[in-house]
Amino acid sequence: MDNKNRNTPKGGPHARIAEKPKNFSESIKKLFNKLQDFKTSMLVAILLALFSSILTIIGPNRISDMTDTIVKGLMGTIDMDRIKSIAIFLGIIFALSAIFNFIQSFIMATVSNKFSRNLRREISAKINRLPLKYFDNHAYGDILSRVTNDVDSIAMTMNQSVATLVSALTLFLGCILMMFITNWILAITAILSTVFGFLFMTIVLSKSQKYFKMQQESLGDIEGHIEEIYSGHNVVRVYNGIEESNKKFDEINDKLFVSARKSQFLSGLMQPMMLFIGNFGYVSVCVVGSLLTMNGTITFGVIVAFMIYVRLFSQPLSQIAQAMTNLQTCAAAAERVFEFLDEEEMTDESRLQKTLDISKVKGDIKFNHVKFGYDDKIIINDFSADIKAGSKIALVGPTGAGKTTMVNLLMKFYDIKDGDIKIDGISTKELTRENIHDLFIMVLQDTWLFEGTIKENIVYNKPNIALEDVKEACKIVGLDHYIKTLPEGYNTVITDNDSLSAGEKQLLTIARGMIKNSPFLILDEATSSVDTRTEELVQKAMDKLMAGRTSFIIAHRLSTIKNADLILVLKDGNIIEQGNHDELMNKKGFYAELYNSQFQK
Amino acid sequence: MLFSLLKKMNKKQVIYVFICVVFITVQVWLDLKLPDYMTSITRLVQTEGSKMSDVLIEGAKMMACAFGSLISAFITGYFASYVAASFGKNLRRDIFTKVESFGMEEIKKFSTSSLITRTTNDVTQVVMLIAIGLQVIIKAPIMATWAIIKIAGKGYEWSIATIITVAIILLLISIIVKIVLPKFRKIQTLTDNLNRVTRENLKGIRVVRAYNAEDYQEYKFKNANEDLTNAHMFTGRMMSLLMPVLSLCSNGLTLAIYIIGAYLINGALFADKINIFSNMVVFTSYAIQVIVAFMLLVVIFVLYPRSAVSAKRIKEVLRSKSSIIDGTKTSGKKNMSGVVEFKNVSFKYPDAESYMLKDISFIANKGETVAFIGSTGSGKSTLINLIPRFYDATSGEVLVDGVNVKDYKLESLNNKIGYVPQKAVMFTGTVNSNVAYGKSNKKITDSMIKEAVGIAQAEEFVTKMDNKYDSHIAQGGTNISGGQKQRLAIARAIARNPEVYIFDDSFSALDYKTDSILRKELKKYTKNATTLIVAQRIGTIMNADRIIVLDEGKIVGSGTHKELLKSCEVYKEIALSQLSEEEL
Repeated sequence: MDNKNRNTPKGGPHARIAEKPKNFSESIKKLFNKLQDFKTSMLVAILLALFSSILTIIGPNRISDMTDTIVKGLMGTIDMDRIKSIAIFLGIIFALSAIFNFIQSFIMATVSNKFSRNLRREISAKINRLPLKYFDNHAYGDILSRVTNDVDSIAMTMNQSVATLVSALTLFLGCILMMFITNWILAITAILSTVFGFLFMTIVLSKSQKYFKMQQESLGDIEGHIEEIYSGHNVVRVYNGIEESNKKFDEINDKLFVSARKSQFLSGLMQPMMLFIGNFGYVSVCVVGSLLTMNGTITFGVIVAFMIYVRLFSQPLSQIAQAMTNLQTCAAAAERVFEFLDEEEMTDESRLQKTLDISKVKGDIKFNHVKFGYDDKIIINDFSADIKAGSKIALVGPTGAGKTTMVNLLMKFYDIKDGDIKIDGISTKELTRENIHDLFIMVLQDTWLFEGTIKENIVYNKPNIALEDVKEACKIVGLDHYIKTLPEGYNTVITDNDSLSAGEKQLLTIARGMIKNSPFLILDEATSSVDTRTEELVQKAMDKLMAGRTSFIIAHRLSTIKNADLILVLKDGNIIEQGNHDELMNKKGFYAELYNSQFQK
Repeated sequence: MLFSLLKKMNKKQVIYVFICVVFITVQVWLDLKLPDYMTSITRLVQTEGSKMSDVLIEGAKMMACAFGSLISAFITGYFASYVAASFGKNLRRDIFTKVESFGMEEIKKFSTSSLITRTTNDVTQVVMLIAIGLQVIIKAPIMATWAIIKIAGKGYEWSIATIITVAIILLLISIIVKIVLPKFRKIQTLTDNLNRVTRENLKGIRVVRAYNAEDYQEYKFKNANEDLTNAHMFTGRMMSLLMPVLSLCSNGLTLAIYIIGAYLINGALFADKINIFSNMVVFTSYAIQVIVAFMLLVVIFVLYPRSAVSAKRIKEVLRSKSSIIDGTKTSGKKNMSGVVEFKNVSFKYPDAESYMLKDISFIANKGETVAFIGSTGSGKSTLINLIPRFYDATSGEVLVDGVNVKDYKLESLNNKIGYVPQKAVMFTGTVNSNVAYGKSNKKITDSMIKEAVGIAQAEEFVTKMDNKYDSHIAQGGTNISGGQKQRLAIARAIARNPEVYIFDDSFSALDYKTDSILRKELKKYTKNATTLIVAQRIGTIMNADRIIVLDEGKIVGSGTHKELLKSCEVYKEIALSQLSEEEL
C-alpha cells in the first residue's frame, strides 16, 4: 500500500510527484459539495488559521517596540513598565496564536478523518450496489486502491494543506502590508531580495521534478523486474536466465541511481537556498537599514522588526507552492473516487411486488427464447428449455466457453436482453434479485472463505442457525471429524495462509450451501487441485447437495454428464447443443467430438 | 543493525562521507559566524561617528559567510546524494544476486513477496535514513554543541531560559515517541484489516450477492472503518500539538531573552550596557539555533526505528547461505544421453519431521516417457524438483547421464533440462523473447521458435496476435489466458531441445482436446529425449511407457496403465474416480 508516503518528509528522496487531475476545478468543486456537512467546522478552522497568522505578524512589530525601549534606556534607565506591558501583550499574542493554531489543526484532523471515513463507507456501500458487470471489467486492486490510497491522499491534503494555504497566504500578504506600513524602503529591499532568490529556486525545482518523475519510473521498472524474477525463480534458474536478468537489473538499477542521485541533490538544495535567501534578505535589510538609521530616518527597532519580517515572508512562499502541489494530487485522487461513486448502479427494484416463498416453490424453471449478450455482442441467441422440478442439468464445454454466463443469468447478476426466464411460471423480471438469490444455492469452484471462525463461514448471513445445524451439515459433508480435531473446533479462525487444504475449503463451502435450504442449486464440480481421496469425499457431498433440488451443474465428471436429464453444450458463451447424452452422441456434433477427444485412448 | 549494514560502504563512499562531515562543519561554522557580523553591524549602527563604509564591509563579510555556507551545502549535497544513491544501488544489487542464488528452500523460508519487499521498500527505507542522516545526524550535534559553546558564559540567566525551552521540547518529543509512534504502527495493521475486508467483499462478490449478504459485509466494513478512523483521529489530534508548541517555545524563548536582557541592562553599569545589549541580540539567534538542532533530531527519532527494522530484514537475506552449491562437471558420462536415475533417494524438508520421499529408485532411459501420479502430498512434484536441484536429496543419489546432479556445474545441468512448471511463468517482453528465454547449448533461432510454438499448439493464437511473434507479453503474462501461457511455457522447453523434459502438471490449464493433440505432437518430436510427466489427470498419462504411482512418498506401483489397473490398488482408485468402467 502506498502508506509510506504518509511518513516521508517533503522533499525527501521519495517526494510525491504531483499527479495532474483531468479537470482540477471540477473535482475540487465536487469535493466542496461533499464537504457540506463540515462547512461550519471548516469555516471556524479557516478563521482560526487567519487570526493566528495575523497575530504572528503583529508580534515582530511589538518586539521592535521593546527593542527601541531598551535602546532608549541604554543611555540612562529603561522604562521597565513599558517593557512589562509589551511583554504581557506579546505573551498573550504568542499564547493565543498557539492555541488558535492547535484548535485549528485539531478541527481539521477531526474533519478530514470523519470525511474520509464517510467516503470509505460510501465506496464500500457502492461496491454492493454496482452491477456484476463492473467487476468483470475492473481489477479489484484498482477499487481497493481507491478505498485506501486515494481517500488517504484526500484526507492528508485536507489535514495539512487547507489550513496551511490559508495561513501562508495571510502571512504572505500580511507581511507585505506590515512591511510597507513600517518602512517602504526596507519593504522593497526585503521583497526584491527574496523574490530574486525564489525565481532561482523555481528553476531548480522544475528541474528536479523531471528527475523525480524519472526516479519514480525507474523504481516502478525495477520493482516489476524484481517481482518477475523472484516469482519465476525456478524458470530463471533452470533456463540459465540469471545472466540475462542481471544485465537487465543493472541497466535499470543504473538508471535509478542516476535519477535518484540527481533528484536527491536538487531537492536537497531547497533547504540551504531558503536559508541563503533568508540571509541575503537579512543582510540587505541590515545594510539598507543601517544607512537609514545613520540618516536618522528610522530607529534601530525597525531593523530588528524587519529582520523577523524577512524570515516570515520567505516561509509562506514555499508553503504555498507545496500546498498547491498537494492540492493537485488531492484533486486527482478525488477524481478517481468520484468516478467510482458515479458509476451506474443496478436497476431499481423497489416497484417489484411479487415474491416467491422458498417453502412453497416447486422448482420448475422455464427458458423462453432467451437472448443475452455483453454490451453489443449477442452470445446467447434464442435459447429455450423447459426444466421440471428436481431435474439435473449439466453444463459442458471447453474452458472459457462461458459457463459462468449461465450462472450470471440464473442468479440475475446480469439482465437478459430479450425473452424470459420463469420460475414456477413467474417471470424473473418481476422478482427482486434478493428473492431470486434466496431460491438458489451456489457453490462455485473458487472457494470463497473469509477471515472468521469456521462456524461464521458456514452460517454466513443466515438467520437463526444453531451450532447443532452447523454440525449436522458438516457431518453430512464429512467434515465434522476434521473440525473436531482442530484446537478450537468450530470456533477456529480461518486466516489467509491457513493450513486448510483446497478440498477442505471446498467441503466448507458445500456445508455453507447445505445449510441454506433452497430449491435450486448451481454447482461447479471442478476439483482440479484436490487429491483423489478428498475428491471422493467432495463428490459424495455434492451428490447429497443435489438430491431433491433442481440443479445446474458445471459438469466435469462423466457420471454426472451421463446421468443428467439435460446437457447444455456451450461454446464461446453460446448454447450450441442441448439434449441428453445418447441424443447428443447420435447427433455426432460438437458434444460427440468433445466427448471422444476427452476420453480418447 | 543499521550500523553493521553500513560496513558495506566502499572506500569511495567512506571518503565521500568524510568530505560531507568536513563541509557540514564548515557550513555550521559559517552559519554560526553570521550572528557575529550581525553584532558588529549592530554595534556600528549604535556607535556614533562610525563610517558607512565600515557597515558595508561588515555586510559584505556577512554575505560572504552566507554564500560560503550555501556553497558548502551544495558540496555536501553533491557528495551525500552520491553516497546515498550508490549505497542503495549496491545494496539492491547485492540482495538481488543473493536471492537469485537461493534454492527453493530459502525462497520458501522468506516467501517471495517478503523477498520483493526486502529488495525494494526496505532498501528505500535504509537509503532514506542515510540520505537524511548524512545531513541531519551529522549537522544537529555539531550545530547544538557549537551554538552552546558560543553562548556559554554570556549570561546564565539566558542559558537557564534556553535549557527550560529545550527541556519542554524534549518532553514533547518523548511524549510523541512513546504515545503516538506506536499508534502509527497500529494504523498499518488497521489499514491492512480494512483492505482485507474490502478485498474479501470484492473477491467473493458473487457469493455475497447470492447470500444477500451485502448488509453483513457493510457491517464488517463499518467496524474496520471505525477502528481505522479512530486511530487516525487520535494521531492526527496529538500531532496537532506539535507545531503550536514548537512555535510557542521559540517565540517564548525570544521574549524571555529580551525581558531578562532588559533587567540585566537596567541593573548594569553604564559601560557594560551596550555590551550586554549586543550579547542579547546574538544570544537570541544562537538560542534559536540550539532549538532548531534539537528539532532536527526529532526527524531521526521518527525515522530510525523503521529503518532499523528494514536493515534487520535486509541482513537476514544477505546472511543466509544458499543450500545449493555449484559443482564442476560440465558433461555426463560418455555415450549417455537423457538417462535419469534415482538411487535410493530420500528427501525431507529441513526442520520437517517426516520424510516427503522415502527410498525412491528408478531409471528413465532415452526416448522413454515416465509419468508420476498420486494424490496431493504424495511427493510427485518434490520428486522431479530434485532433478534440476531446486532441492537436494537428503540421502541417496540423483543421477543424470550417470553423474550425480550435485557434481554438475548448474549451467551444464540446466542445459540438459527442459522444465515446465505447473504455473506457467511469463516475462515482460515478446512471444519470441519468452520462447527463446535464457541461455542454452545453441542459440535459439527464429525457425526453432516457430517449430516449438507449432508443437506446443500455440501457433493458432500467436499468429492471431497483433504483431505475431513480436507481440508484447505483459508482466506475468496478464494479457494472455492461462492455457495460452502454459502452451508458451511448453514451447520454451521444446525450443531448447533438451535431453530431459520435465512437465510438472503442465497440462492442467489445457482443455482435454488440446492436451491430447499436444501430447501426440510432442511424442513425435521427443523421440530422442526422455520425458518425465507429473499429472493429476489419468487421461494425460495413460499412454506413458511407464507410470510410477506414489503414495505418501513411496513408490507403490510401477508399470503401464494396463498392468497397474490389475496390480495397483491406489492407481485403480484414482483411475476409477476419473473414468467410467468401460473407458478403462
